[in-house]
Amino acid sequence: MNKKIKLMIVDDSLIIREAIHKHLRGFNIEVVGTAEDGKIALDVFKKVDPDVVTLDITMPELDGLTVLEEMLKLKKDVKVMVVTALSDKATGLKAIKLGAKSFLPKPFTPEKLRDSFQRLLAQY
Amino acid sequence: MNETDLHFFIDSTMNYFEEITNEKASAGIPYIKDEEPVVLEYTGIIGISGKRKGSVYITTNEAMLREIAQIILGMEDIQSEDFKDLVGEIANTISGNVRQAYGSDFMISVPVVVEGKAKDIKLPDNIQSFVVPLTWKDYKSFLVVCLE
Repeated sequence: MNKKIKLMIVDDSLIIREAIHKHLRGFNIEVVGTAEDGKIALDVFKKVDPDVVTLDITMPELDGLTVLEEMLKLKKDVKVMVVTALSDKATGLKAIKLGAKSFLPKPFTPEKLRDSFQRLLAQY
Repeated sequence: MNETDLHFFIDSTMNYFEEITNEKASAGIPYIKDEEPVVLEYTGIIGISGKRKGSVYITTNEAMLREIAQIILGMEDIQSEDFKDLVGEIANTISGNVRQAYGSDFMISVPVVVEGKAKDIKLPDNIQSFVVPLTWKDYKSFLVVCLE
């Protein structure tokens, strides 16, 4: 059996964290950590060493783009999917330029989330 | 703030309901907010800074949030904390999506949530605020936009 992919979910909304967890259940993943702000996200990241992260941008303490840069410094091959309400092209391009592998604007349907996640995993 | 500005927020709100619930909401005729409070049981407020300045909030009742949370999570057991979380997330998404029109120097804060019927929501005194009545299914809510 293939090894499960270690997923970390970062979003300041509990409902969004739960929704992402629920809608990705069909994938070969294990949710190893969650975080509700940017600072906690980096602490948890260091502890759980995820393979894949879903990452919000607008969060308390530290914004998601700064968190993205820090995560990539800690683990350069981590696959990050940015999931954000900041849906303008410039923000999407910035996230990709900084090293995110995927960009999913909110609001998202379960299908859009799964499609984006599938494409992210295809980069493995 | 002009009519086009207001439409960006209304469109963003309509898109939220349709995308999340697969059911359209409708917007009533906007009006200028006066002294009359516009506040229901849960309110999610976003501060705007950068190129534009002001505040945006959506205020609604528990029943609507319960139904939306059930659509998102497919569960019955939804607590007061979830309603607060959800109204903040709705306000965040509506405001964040408006960056498609204004660009990335339209900065939004993290949401501030007010639970319970406050006297009113404090908005900048020197900027006109517009109230947009919203209906989704049979539920009433209000979008209030106060933008320099």
